[in-house]
Amino acid sequence: MAVTMATWRANAHAFCRSTMRTRSRAYHPSIIPSKVVPSSEDFVTRAAAMNALVGELDALTAHARLGGGKKAMDRMRSKGKMLPRERIAALLDPNTPFIELSALAAHDVYPGESIPGAGVITGIGRISGTECMVICNDATVKGGSYYPMTIKKHLRAQEIARENLLPCVYLVESGGAALPYQAEVFPDVGHFGRGFYNMAQMSALGIPQVSVVHGISVAGGAYTPAMSDYVIIVRNQGHIFLAGPPLVKAATGEVVDEEFLGGGEMHASVSGVVDALARDDEDGIALARTAVGDLGAASGSPAQPDQPPEDPLYPASELHGLVGGDVRQAIDMREVIARIVDGSRFREFKADYGTTLLTASDGFAHIHGYHCGIIANNGVLFSPSALKATHFIQLCSQRKIPLIFLVNVTGYMVGSKAERGGIAKDGAKMVRAVSCADVPKLTMVIGGSFGAGNYGMCGRAYSPRFLWMWPNAKISVMGSGQLSQVMAGISKDPSRHSELQSTIEGQSTALYATARLWDDGIIKPTDSRDVLGLGLSLAKRQSLVAQLSRGSVSRPNWDGHNTGFGVFRM
Amino acid sequence: MLRKRATRFAAHRRLPHPEVGAVIASTRLLHTAPSRSDGSSSVSRPLSRATYARGFATVPDLPAPRKPLFTKILIANRGEIACRVIRTCRKLGISTVAVYSDVDENALHVQMADEAYCLGPAPSAESYLRIDKIVEVAKRSGAQAIHPGYGFLSENAKFAERLAAEGLVFIGPGVQAMKSMGSKSESKDIMLAAGVPCVPGYHTSEPVPVSELEAQATKLGYPLLIKAVLGGGGKGMRIVRSADEFLPALESAQREALKAFSDERVLIERWIERPRHVEVQVFGDSMGNVVSLWERDCSVQRRHQKIIEEAPAPGLSDEVRKDLSDKAVAAAKAVNYLGAGTVEFILDCDTDEFYFMEMNTRLQVEHPVTEMITGQDLVQWQLEVASGNPLPLRQEEIPRIGHAFEARIYAENPRNDFLPDVGPLLYKSTPQPSESLRLEEGFPQGSNIEVYYDPLISKVVAHGRDRTEALRILKKALEEYHVAGLSTNVEFLKSLAGNEAFIGQELDTGFIAKHRAELFPPISVPPPDVLAQAALFLLLREQPLQLPSLSSPWRSLAFRRFSDIYERHFRFQQDPLLNQENPSAISEVTVVSSKPGLFDIEVKNPNQEPTTFWDVKAQMTSPTTVSSTLVSQKVHTTVVQQSPPPTVLPTATTTDRLHVFHEGHKTTLLIPPPNYLLQIAAEVMSSGVIRAPMPSLVVDVRVRKGDEVKKGQTIVVLESMKTEIVLRAEVDGVVKVVGCKKGDMVEEGKELVSIKDVP
Repeated sequence: MAVTMATWRANAHAFCRSTMRTRSRAYHPSIIPSKVVPSSEDFVTRAAAMNALVGELDALTAHARLGGGKKAMDRMRSKGKMLPRERIAALLDPNTPFIELSALAAHDVYPGESIPGAGVITGIGRISGTECMVICNDATVKGGSYYPMTIKKHLRAQEIARENLLPCVYLVESGGAALPYQAEVFPDVGHFGRGFYNMAQMSALGIPQVSVVHGISVAGGAYTPAMSDYVIIVRNQGHIFLAGPPLVKAATGEVVDEEFLGGGEMHASVSGVVDALARDDEDGIALARTAVGDLGAASGSPAQPDQPPEDPLYPASELHGLVGGDVRQAIDMREVIARIVDGSRFREFKADYGTTLLTASDGFAHIHGYHCGIIANNGVLFSPSALKATHFIQLCSQRKIPLIFLVNVTGYMVGSKAERGGIAKDGAKMVRAVSCADVPKLTMVIGGSFGAGNYGMCGRAYSPRFLWMWPNAKISVMGSGQLSQVMAGISKDPSRHSELQSTIEGQSTALYATARLWDDGIIKPTDSRDVLGLGLSLAKRQSLVAQLSRGSVSRPNWDGHNTGFGVFRM
Repeated sequence: MLRKRATRFAAHRRLPHPEVGAVIASTRLLHTAPSRSDGSSSVSRPLSRATYARGFATVPDLPAPRKPLFTKILIANRGEIACRVIRTCRKLGISTVAVYSDVDENALHVQMADEAYCLGPAPSAESYLRIDKIVEVAKRSGAQAIHPGYGFLSENAKFAERLAAEGLVFIGPGVQAMKSMGSKSESKDIMLAAGVPCVPGYHTSEPVPVSELEAQATKLGYPLLIKAVLGGGGKGMRIVRSADEFLPALESAQREALKAFSDERVLIERWIERPRHVEVQVFGDSMGNVVSLWERDCSVQRRHQKIIEEAPAPGLSDEVRKDLSDKAVAAAKAVNYLGAGTVEFILDCDTDEFYFMEMNTRLQVEHPVTEMITGQDLVQWQLEVASGNPLPLRQEEIPRIGHAFEARIYAENPRNDFLPDVGPLLYKSTPQPSESLRLEEGFPQGSNIEVYYDPLISKVVAHGRDRTEALRILKKALEEYHVAGLSTNVEFLKSLAGNEAFIGQELDTGFIAKHRAELFPPISVPPPDVLAQAALFLLLREQPLQLPSLSSPWRSLAFRRFSDIYERHFRFQQDPLLNQENPSAISEVTVVSSKPGLFDIEVKNPNQEPTTFWDVKAQMTSPTTVSSTLVSQKVHTTVVQQSPPPTVLPTATTTDRLHVFHEGHKTTLLIPPPNYLLQIAAEVMSSGVIRAPMPSLVVDVRVRKGDEVKKGQTIVVLESMKTEIVLRAEVDGVVKVVGCKKGDMVEEGKELVSIKDVP
């Protein structure tokens, strides 16, 4: 009887969907009307400003793509090796997308040193039909050694993999920790050791860990392959040892060469540290693709959209003219949403409540066919808008609908009226709801993310699955205008005001934020819909463990299914 | 042994209908006949009978009542000619019986026929030449007559005799005519007696001593030609230019004749320096009427075999044309000829004199060109006269309208001396037949061209109001004729159809030798647009033509990179056999997608400046068609991938190939295997197992089980595509297994010899 009932429901549901789909082709009240005038002076000015920012982003990204530069690349090629990006391109299914994470990490972070992309390339792409996290050392950058930002990027990639149940593929070629920075990379909870802890944890959770050793993998780095479930090494090229020949000689007096100490043939036939021996990089990558193809149920199940995707009705290119480069200018968030969601359809929640200053728009939509709840704002949050958002977050949490935060917030309203109205209490409700909502959250900073608004709108500290920024975005404790006034009030030396203001302003840019891994990368406005769609697709994935542990489907916890330790290397 | 098959009737619906072309041609004739201006006197009265216009010519004013045609015939042939005969039978409501060999079980003619019977194994001698089995099938199936097609038993007098003895009708001439015309010297005597000019020479049916032949040669003068009495197809033929060459040439001609025909008799005759091959289609009925259906020119030949034919022969005066016809009719009458026959003449380009060469007592491969200019169905004519009916038309009623060409598409490699090739028709796409274009197909895509039989794949027949038009139609059709999987002469035919001298009617049988340089231009590096399209094919074929409606963005956002740029590199190589100047030259293509849906393609040919196509839009419009916008031009390119079987180890030549059909040209590109695959192949080889790299014939096995061999020693010699392949030991060791013997046909990947490594 129950089965029949379930079937009937499923059929009825499918029927409703199909009729909805048919109807959706015609006008529907949920379609956001667009009032954009692309020839207006304001639009043209804003578009020019955003074009410039995107151009700058492209230039910086292109530079970062060069890694350690042509000389280092040529040196790698001359050894018969593939370049890190070539390895990734060969690893991915050829016709699929790839989201590179934090491509501008470590930009201008280390004085006097250029560490493009922090010396590690991370990103999500499809391998043999499975979405995977790829973590690839860029040996053209300081031999692939780990700077503090490298560690941070590596750990963030693992965090994303764990949250989204993504098998991890490590393309290893690294000399280990950057020794001058050993104090900042070795001992703490967010340091080198955490990477291996993560590998063990993920393995135990049924999230496979695969390594290809393309070059040196030494000292602490030797544990990346050793901690993996499956390891491939490239013959005459990959080396794994806890200490290299010079250190061995110093420690024990033994004179030994690299191949004998930790070469591919040795590990494949004697030590058992690796599981497969590749003839060259290309072979190693091909073997890794095969290995991912053999992950079986552990690769997780693909996440189909909830309904057929539809393009928005309005072109994404108009986002440039809608937003512009100055976060102090107001943005019509509904126009932005209209260029991101399927069919430009947005089922707005409490459309007439808390809209005194056009500050907040919450509602349901689909992106690339995935159902989501959107919380968008513009400027300051008042009590009613905070309450509306809190209510909406509860609805989404109850219905297991992922949340998307489109952020342009200057903070919560200040002043006696607001304080006496309990803005602190109402803002806290929103922050509590965001913290505890048990659904995937994705944050995109479209304009400013200031003050407590950053918290309420799911800033980095609130563990969104992904956090992306637009090139114009600003992030700081308050806007630079207020900041200079506050400064003027507390400082006695007016000559330092402008200096401090410009420092703070520099520290509030998207570039400054992304260089320090406060986000997962700067995204072009026109790519927003696509990365959000990909992110929602990842958030919907289910793993083997989730299936095994039946009850807690959304996020299996450590040891939730009693398999214990993950895969030991035998 | 005989197996009967149910036939699939639906098959014929997919076929091009040659009758359509023929019928329309005749309809057009009605309209154009009164206004003809070329002064030909052949059509003496207006043709208005509706029956004629439909291609069903009848002769109502002859007294004898029309005899019924057969109700069921057997076709003792295969390929396009069997299909051709079946089509006419269908039109006339005659049931058809096909015969086939083991390898032809799923052949087109088997599918088209109403009944089909297996004759035996693939070799002709065990199947299509088995007279006893064919007679047995005819009796069992109740066929009244047998159409022999061309080749096989078509000119075998013993076969005709046997059929007569069994009470079956042989659709062809009488036994005596076949015998007379089968012998070169006898036929010459008959012709001379009938007043048909023959090439001056020394002919005798008796064996003569060498000294006598030499004396006759001196009398005749040089240059001269030595020919086997029973010759054909160029076997046992030698041209001798001076007296001192005579004896060695004679000896080798006799040796070859003996081998080919078990008869070493030869004749000698004058050699004409610039000869044209002109032949006349004749038809005789049992009442003794003989008509000529005009002549064909088949001068362009390779390896003494025709390759392109046309009708009428260009550049002939009305007098010469009439004379040719008259002499051909006289020749046929001299042997009481019945049915379709062809009288071949050598026409001296310098003097316009012509001489009888031989008579072919069958329906020839090139008969469609005659059908196109006369609007007749010659197979139907054959059936009429074989049934005892008179010829459908009288000489003065036979029209001659416009000009027709036939190009034969062979599985062969023109650049390798036109040597035949065998293999799968992996891909075949043909032009759309029309009233001016007719295709004679025998092998659909997916068939195999077998080593046992004639490598003719199909024929393209074009008809135009004049020669220029017909040639234009032919060339366009050839450009749209795409075959991949094995070597064909399509590219060669295209350059022939576009050759200035050919267009200028400078025809003689030495045409190809004379114009070799123009017909075989040096192979240049592949043009950048071809390489770009090939790369796009490799890129785009991964993406399904139509995504399911519920597609994850991880599928639908193809080629997108966020915070990164999509970039792929492809390497292509030309066939080292073709590009002998620089066999290892690699062309590199880089495809970059920095904007959604647009590709920038950089093509780098060796020793050339790179070419870049910017902002290319591209998509697959079928699994083999890449449609792109290259430099604002919309181009559609067909690309077919051919992969060696998985049992074959990758090497520089046994690797994936792309056949690219772009703007009327075919380019074949090899995809060099990655190094690691070559390494694996080398490792497997060094394991001591020697495998056949391609389908081939075992010419020699140089080792026996237990032999000790050294690395580099020749183990097996193979022959494939007439090229010798020497397989050598990769290791020192002892031969453990010998898996082949001399004379074996071995397939690709077959384990030939296994050598056990001795450390």
